[in-house]
Amino acid sequence: MHRFANPGRFLRLSNIVLPWIAAMAAGLIAVGLYLALFVSPADYQQGDSVRIMYVHVPSAWMAMFIYTVIAAASASSLIWRHPLADLVAKASSPIGACFTFLALATGSLWGKPMWGAWWVWDARLTSVLVLFFLYLGHMALMGAFDNPTRGARAAAILALVGFVNVPIIKFSVEWWSTLHQPSSVLRLDGPSIHPSMLWPLLAMGLGFKLYYLALMLVRVKSELIAARVNARATAAAEAT
Amino acid sequence: MSGLAHGFWGLLTRDLRLALRRRADASLAVLFFVLAAALFPFGVGPEPNLLARMAPGVIWVTALLAVLLSLERLFLADYEDGSLELMVLAPQPLEMTVLAKALAHWLTTGLPLIAAAPLLALLYNMDPAGLPMLVVAMALGTPSLSLTGAVGAALTLGARRGGVLIPLLVLPLNIPVLIFGVAALDAALSGFNPLPHIMFLGALFLGSLVLAPLAGAAALRQAME
Amino acid sequence: MSLFEGRNLICIRGGRHVFAGLGFAVSAGGALVLVGPNGSGKSSLLRLMAGLSRPASGGLSWAGAEIAGDPEAHRARVRYIGHLDCVKAVLSVSENLSFWAGQYGPAGPDEVRRGLEAFALENLAGLPGQVLSAGQRHRLALARLAASPGELWLLDEPTVGLDTAAQEHLTAAIAAHRGAGGRVVAATHTPMDLPGAQTLTLEPFALAARAAEAELDAEPAW
Repeated sequence: MHRFANPGRFLRLSNIVLPWIAAMAAGLIAVGLYLALFVSPADYQQGDSVRIMYVHVPSAWMAMFIYTVIAAASASSLIWRHPLADLVAKASSPIGACFTFLALATGSLWGKPMWGAWWVWDARLTSVLVLFFLYLGHMALMGAFDNPTRGARAAAILALVGFVNVPIIKFSVEWWSTLHQPSSVLRLDGPSIHPSMLWPLLAMGLGFKLYYLALMLVRVKSELIAARVNARATAAAEAT
Repeated sequence: MSGLAHGFWGLLTRDLRLALRRRADASLAVLFFVLAAALFPFGVGPEPNLLARMAPGVIWVTALLAVLLSLERLFLADYEDGSLELMVLAPQPLEMTVLAKALAHWLTTGLPLIAAAPLLALLYNMDPAGLPMLVVAMALGTPSLSLTGAVGAALTLGARRGGVLIPLLVLPLNIPVLIFGVAALDAALSGFNPLPHIMFLGALFLGSLVLAPLAGAAALRQAME
Repeated sequence: MSLFEGRNLICIRGGRHVFAGLGFAVSAGGALVLVGPNGSGKSSLLRLMAGLSRPASGGLSWAGAEIAGDPEAHRARVRYIGHLDCVKAVLSVSENLSFWAGQYGPAGPDEVRRGLEAFALENLAGLPGQVLSAGQRHRLALARLAASPGELWLLDEPTVGLDTAAQEHLTAAIAAHRGAGGRVVAATHTPMDLPGAQTLTLEPFALAARAAEAELDAEPAW
């Protein structure tokens, strides 16, 4: 039966690749952190606080990347009814929300010495904040139904609607911010990046992606196992 | 009249008739709109210049909240008494059904808000020269709110505590309408050209006019399973 | 002869297999009665037939053409009576009926009157929905069948709450519908007077679904 044949193969495959992905993620993040904290230079204006960038920027990348993954998974769930797509979307949403939160929190920490305030309504930060709300809505809708299939379907439609809206929201927030802040505040990432800063950034970015992949696989696996346990429990309840 | 237009018209007139027979329910949103907007001066003080500066933002934000308040019932009554099943089974495309429901919602909620908005503008000491732009911006913006709201209302059918969920889903999507609605009014009040903002409001309306019925119909279909 | 057919249908609801391997065929003028205990999937099967939900596997066809290929044509012939009566409290009986008749195409006072007469609702025509008794509301729901003709009637427990006179009206309406070549599928616990109707007992298919579930559970996946 197609619903379960695929998951079986998925589980076997993920068991093989998972350790490798996890090890590579840990290695890359370790190397990236070392380069970021010890090798790369401090900024002549910002001092050591520029090192927050090595967590902030990859987190912001992940926030967008994971939302894109969710939208793609949602589309394949709605169009082809692929049985794993819903699980991928469900597993990814909280991870994406955490990365988005991390981007906001590090942005705020970075902003304090720069702007003298924990929060400014900068166009980038504000769009990321809205993205965070989109993640929260997706997670809330997914969990709001007693029937998990319905929650997954509704959340898939919402993810696609949200995905179409992300560029519109981003554009309007930028428009809004230029209306209200004609003099641009210091941007969170400089226009040109020196290679000594680029390498740690890339290592962190790739490390974060692999870390997400590993975490997502673990979460999908546990969802599959939980479904199996549930099915067994209902079967047992019916047998008695 | 073709069969398609017939179904659309029949649903629209039925919803309007239902709203008319339950006038008290239909007027709740506009009452909330006036009441919530009247609260702000208690919070920030009655200083006329401050209130005049806040007026566009306060009017738009409270209008947004008032629309949200009325969204939960948009499909829920039909869902609960089985009517929605029959609408899904009716021969006309479900997208038309969503469009008819959204139009009825706008006529019974958006239109009264537009009518009440100039009143609030006067309470807030806003320059009367901005009133035409307020009405134009709201006339272009509130239909988008009804349309995206219809998607949110359709998605939460059968959910636990759907009424609390809808704002969480719909508010982020409405931020562009809020931004351009306020910007158009601000531009008109300070002597700039409001046309670009108005054009964006119109573009948002056209975009949601195309996409919201599709997403709403997909949401209603999955709500039946 | 053109058949309304289902083949090898599997229905999964909320992650549970409701029935498996189910098939049926209804010819023009034919009637099919679904019997089985609560939870055996009678309502689920009717919803599959209506197109409200999709089967997990298997297919439905009308005169040889897959229904999934042209859902709008199928919707135009289906008249579905579910557990809920779809009666609005603040609309009158005739307003309620004329709205639903209008959803299936232009409907004038004649169609509404035909619906009201078929279930003896003429005297109630001006009353608002909120004053109707449960039986009267159900008759109003059934009146939709007569007000907007469709080829395939799908009736979920149509006799619940009906008095003897109303049951006779329903029997007469079904007979007239079948006489004109219409088909009826009804799920019911009470015996209905349907001459020449086939009976489909759902229990074996529900048991087959349990067996399929148990088999899946036994299969080692990792």
